[in-house]
Amino acid sequence: MSQKKEFDWFDHDKNRKLLWKLLFGTCALTLALEPFAHVHGHFGWDDFFGFSALLGFGSCAVLIILAKLMGYVLKVREDFYDR
Amino acid sequence: MIANIPPFAILILGAALVPFFRDRMKSIYVCMLPALAFWVITQLPYGEHLGVHFFGYDLTLLRVDKLSKIFGYIFTLNGFAAFLYAFYLKDNQQHMAALGYMGGALGVVFAGDLVTLYFFWEWMAVTSTFLILARKTKKAYGAGYRYVLMHLFGGLVLLAGIVLHVQSSGSVTFEHFATRGLASYLILFGILVNAAAPPFHAWLSDSYPEATVTGGIILSAYTTKTSVYTLIRGYAGYEVLIVIGCVMALYGIMYALLENDMRRILAYSIINQVGFMVCGVGIGTAMSLNGAAAHAFCHIIYKSLLWMSAGSVLYMTGKSKCTELGGLYKTMPWTMIFGTIGALAISSVPFTSGYTSKPLIIEAAVHEHWTWAWLVLEIASAGVFLHAGIKFPYFVFFNQDRGLRPGEPPHKTMLIAMGLMAFLCIFLGVYPDPLYAILPFDMPAHVPYTFGGVVKQFQLLMLSALAFFVFLKLLKRTDTIALDTDIFWRFGGRAFSWFMDKTLNGLNAICDAVFVKGLAGLVNAFFVNAPLRLTQLVLNPVLNGAQRDRLAKQFKAGVSPIGLSVAVSLLYLFGIIVFTMNR
Repeated sequence: MSQKKEFDWFDHDKNRKLLWKLLFGTCALTLALEPFAHVHGHFGWDDFFGFSALLGFGSCAVLIILAKLMGYVLKVREDFYDR
Repeated sequence: MIANIPPFAILILGAALVPFFRDRMKSIYVCMLPALAFWVITQLPYGEHLGVHFFGYDLTLLRVDKLSKIFGYIFTLNGFAAFLYAFYLKDNQQHMAALGYMGGALGVVFAGDLVTLYFFWEWMAVTSTFLILARKTKKAYGAGYRYVLMHLFGGLVLLAGIVLHVQSSGSVTFEHFATRGLASYLILFGILVNAAAPPFHAWLSDSYPEATVTGGIILSAYTTKTSVYTLIRGYAGYEVLIVIGCVMALYGIMYALLENDMRRILAYSIINQVGFMVCGVGIGTAMSLNGAAAHAFCHIIYKSLLWMSAGSVLYMTGKSKCTELGGLYKTMPWTMIFGTIGALAISSVPFTSGYTSKPLIIEAAVHEHWTWAWLVLEIASAGVFLHAGIKFPYFVFFNQDRGLRPGEPPHKTMLIAMGLMAFLCIFLGVYPDPLYAILPFDMPAHVPYTFGGVVKQFQLLMLSALAFFVFLKLLKRTDTIALDTDIFWRFGGRAFSWFMDKTLNGLNAICDAVFVKGLAGLVNAFFVNAPLRLTQLVLNPVLNGAQRDRLAKQFKAGVSPIGLSVAVSLLYLFGIIVFTMNR
């Protein structure tokens, strides 16, 4: 008697690689579409190609690194308040 | 006729009847109450109804306008979905607390005066506490206790402000606070405690994750959003709210990134999302206020959906830590799909509800030239995708397979409720017109979708996603919690208790040692031994050693010669008389 095979598509390295490619591809696509989208900045200084992309990647990188640094100070064991 | 039925009464009076229903009927009954209240709200005519004269003030229990209606709609809609999700639950206490709490929220948004508002405000604090206590764990009891104390503190500040305001203006009507002074700022402070503005926000992340599976869903919707409603009505254009809102938006992200427990992540993301709304109130234009209301509307839907999804995981696995979860997409595909839709909606991905509500606030910031606020909100938008949009589904449903094979929740209604909310997230994203039609303020028509706008939004979000996966190693979950401002009242409370224990009980101990044991003992010993000592003193020259011992024994046994006792007593008396006369 054979058991129904489990759906484990996301666990395979091959598929994970495909997802990475998809991610890069989509990022590239959003940049490639910008010239056709007539995107304008609101304040002048934000009016250059790929501003939103830079803002998205840059701010997230800063947030992640900041959170990591804050973690050194703020993270405590789960039972901190129970002791 | 309908004008005389206040929606809150349906839920609060309805709650009293919950114990009389059994099994399935109980579940149907609690679902029907918010549905009925929803219908009643659609029928309510605009204007002020149910005036009551109370201690010399004219109270208005029912003020109906577009602003109160939009919040009424979403509160009852969410109530229906939450009870549908909780269809399996037959716990009277939780159902009654939830109905009372929702009724309180409706009471606040339909209150025409500050006294009624205050009453329902405190009513909400008390009823909601039971949703936390119902978890019946030691942690939940502690969190519930701290929760209610914080709300009573906020409530007292609110009351102080209301009393001052009524004193100075002579009116209890709740309108925009045009005069900025101590009274209006005290009321604002009380509201901001409930809106979970730092540093008085940690009650939220402390208590909501300790609530029951269904309690968390219900709590996530009402307290903070009644505050948003109150701010929209009373504090539009208070610039300080822009600063507070921006702080909230970023603060929520940072802590959500630090947290390990999925429900704590969602709790912090409430603070982040309410930050956008508070900011919208601070900007104070018709568009930003509409944005705040619309965002509250959409937020309640997708946040409920996220809590439902997390609730299903908790219900099935009994676990809520990212370090213990992972790989659940294999056996909980529907929960994963619905949760992910909620995660996309909270991130304002185009064609979900977040994209039709949040940009109203951000656009208003541009129109009013709040450059820095606009930049913070954009950064926070990217951050939302990071902490709630990807982190929550990734660590719970994907990431590392930890061998958990829980399966979908056994109660179909849980999935149906999630499906309903997920449908609304997409429906309002694709076709926002019904939502725009019920927005409270008149503004120029807003076009949610332009090709440029969509491309920009996808750029922002996809590159945020890229940052998430590039820096994934830095985001590795640890079995920890992050210290937050609740440390001050947790340890502050302990220190207060320790201080009181040491000072008051110490004072007690000193009094006991000095007065009870010491002084009283001395007096006692004096009266017991004085006759013998005096006799010995007087007779000292004539007594030898053996006689002295016999005398001591006779005194102790109480059989000393009567004459001797009388003589000693007389001597004693005489001494006292001489002593007192000399004075």
